Amino acid sequence: MSESPEEISGPRRVIGTPSPAPKSVDVAEKPDTPAFSAEPSMVDHAKNAERVVAALFILAFLAGCGFIAAYVGLEVGVSTIPKGANAVVAAFRSNLALGTCLTIALLSLGLGSMIWVRHLTPNIETVEERHDLNSAPADRAAFQRTFAEGAAISQITKRPLIRRTMLLATLPLALAPLVLLRDLGPLPENSLRTTVWRKGLRAVTLGGLRPLTLADMSTAGSMITVIPEGYQDDADALAKAGVILIKFEPGQLRVPTNVVGGVTVSSPNWTLGDNTIVAYSKICTHVGCPVALYEQTTHHILCPCHQSTFDASTGATVIFGPAPRPLPQLPLMVDADGYIAAASDFTQPVGPSFWERG
Amino acid sequence: MSSIISRRRHPAAGYAAVAGGLVVVGVLYSTLAGGGASAAAPAQDTTQTSQGHSLFIESCATCHGLDAQGTAVAPSLVGAGAAAVDFQMSTGRMPAKELGAENDRKPTDFTPAEIYDIASYISSLGGGPAIPDANQVSTAGANTALGQVLFSTNCAQCHGFAGAGGALTYGKTAPSLNAATPTQIYEAMLTGPEAMPVFGDGTVTPSEKKDIIAYIIDTRNEANPGGFSLGRTGTVTEGLLAWLGGLGFLVLIAMWLTAKRKDRVVHVGEDDL
Repeated sequence: MSESPEEISGPRRVIGTPSPAPKSVDVAEKPDTPAFSAEPSMVDHAKNAERVVAALFILAFLAGCGFIAAYVGLEVGVSTIPKGANAVVAAFRSNLALGTCLTIALLSLGLGSMIWVRHLTPNIETVEERHDLNSAPADRAAFQRTFAEGAAISQITKRPLIRRTMLLATLPLALAPLVLLRDLGPLPENSLRTTVWRKGLRAVTLGGLRPLTLADMSTAGSMITVIPEGYQDDADALAKAGVILIKFEPGQLRVPTNVVGGVTVSSPNWTLGDNTIVAYSKICTHVGCPVALYEQTTHHILCPCHQSTFDASTGATVIFGPAPRPLPQLPLMVDADGYIAAASDFTQPVGPSFWERG
Repeated sequence: MSSIISRRRHPAAGYAAVAGGLVVVGVLYSTLAGGGASAAAPAQDTTQTSQGHSLFIESCATCHGLDAQGTAVAPSLVGAGAAAVDFQMSTGRMPAKELGAENDRKPTDFTPAEIYDIASYISSLGGGPAIPDANQVSTAGANTALGQVLFSTNCAQCHGFAGAGGALTYGKTAPSLNAATPTQIYEAMLTGPEAMPVFGDGTVTPSEKKDIIAYIIDTRNEANPGGFSLGRTGTVTEGLLAWLGGLGFLVLIAMWLTAKRKDRVVHVGEDDL
């Protein structure tokens, strides 16, 4: 390409300022615009670029066909995969094939379009003129005239009965969206302060659904997640009622330390088995992640979400992290059949803070 | 150095810098792997116990005391049980490399027979869980789905949802379960080594332990059709790759889109029209 005075790579004036002499921006009206295909080397270049673009588009076509083929051909249903195949692996395979095909198709389409623009279209800088946003005075006057004529023909000003009943007809429809806000409720009432735990309700293991005796928790260092018996399918109840039972060596536990409103509460039966078994809410008091990462050597309970750390030997007091309060402790009892049960509900709300908690 | 400075304005320099950064990130990411060991079922008798005692005096008594009664630097092993000895020694955690709250898995210098001898001696001191036999750790007929529920409830908070391990407090870590044998997993649940809580037969029944082992083995053997498991640690490595890899790729694309074209620019709507 020859060096010429016109070859200027930067803009000639500040963007946004008006051109000193506005002229037509129509390229077709300018026959002396240098044609992009004028030089032989550029012809070869354009041909190569055309081939590359076409190849990418064909690749996108094939990958798109592959996406359909993968969707139809790779079975993921447990009943439709070949006998003996692993359903999880089948789903992995299907996801991989679908994702790869879609990636190749979209990427090839995008790359092809970019090469098209960069190597085949002439490099033209254009200036787009701004226009006034409001209409011409004549247009505005015409609109006002038409509107007034329409209003007169419809007789809306002369017939107040029709006008008022029409407004009345639209009123309920306008209010309807406001009424639909009711679906955001009902208000939580007392449900954030209470759980389904009550006196005598047995704790059963999550998964096995077995109630536990004191002998089942005989080894110091044991820890197990329990839920209220009979609520294993009640997700609303389980969301708040998850509890971890922890067994200590005699003398390790320094309880009761649960403080409600600045006063240490000692009346409920906080521990079982000679001050060795305690139960804490499994819901972190920060934002409600399940806390069950218990270290039997340090008695720390760690929340995996934001590293709030609670000391299980001192009433789950916060020793690190953003949690504002200790994990609420569940008072315990042994029922008539010898199984571990709750002695009451939690004495304070479980889980994260909420507006009216105080 | 001067050659780099002289070429830093080369058209390819930007691409090279970004690509180099991506390579460095890729090399920094690596996964660790280990090997496991398995052994035959043990049997106890008095010869074993006395052989175990002499092995104990040679290799363990320095820290745990001549009668396994414990010292200032190591706990008493009276009542620890054979399962604890087999877990700690077959995973190479004991004898410990150094004193501390935590020991890493490493190849053991002891044969299974020697470990059983020492286990026999420790269990002769009284109590503790026995080493589970092959039947107890067999996963034949186990309920993998229940195992998954139990694993997510009781194990996943430390070991990760796929058993890849995870962080504990104050720099301690929960190990990956990928190298553990079914016997070692069973023993770990029974005895609660290091910071791990005990999941005795009262809280997690022997049949539930089989279910958990079946889930761990099943997850471990799952194929990775994509080719990369990313350590199966979940959102951390996946997010790292998405942010660094994906963002780097987008930066390269953006640099390509905005690169200056070499052919002549035609200005329209200006004074050369």
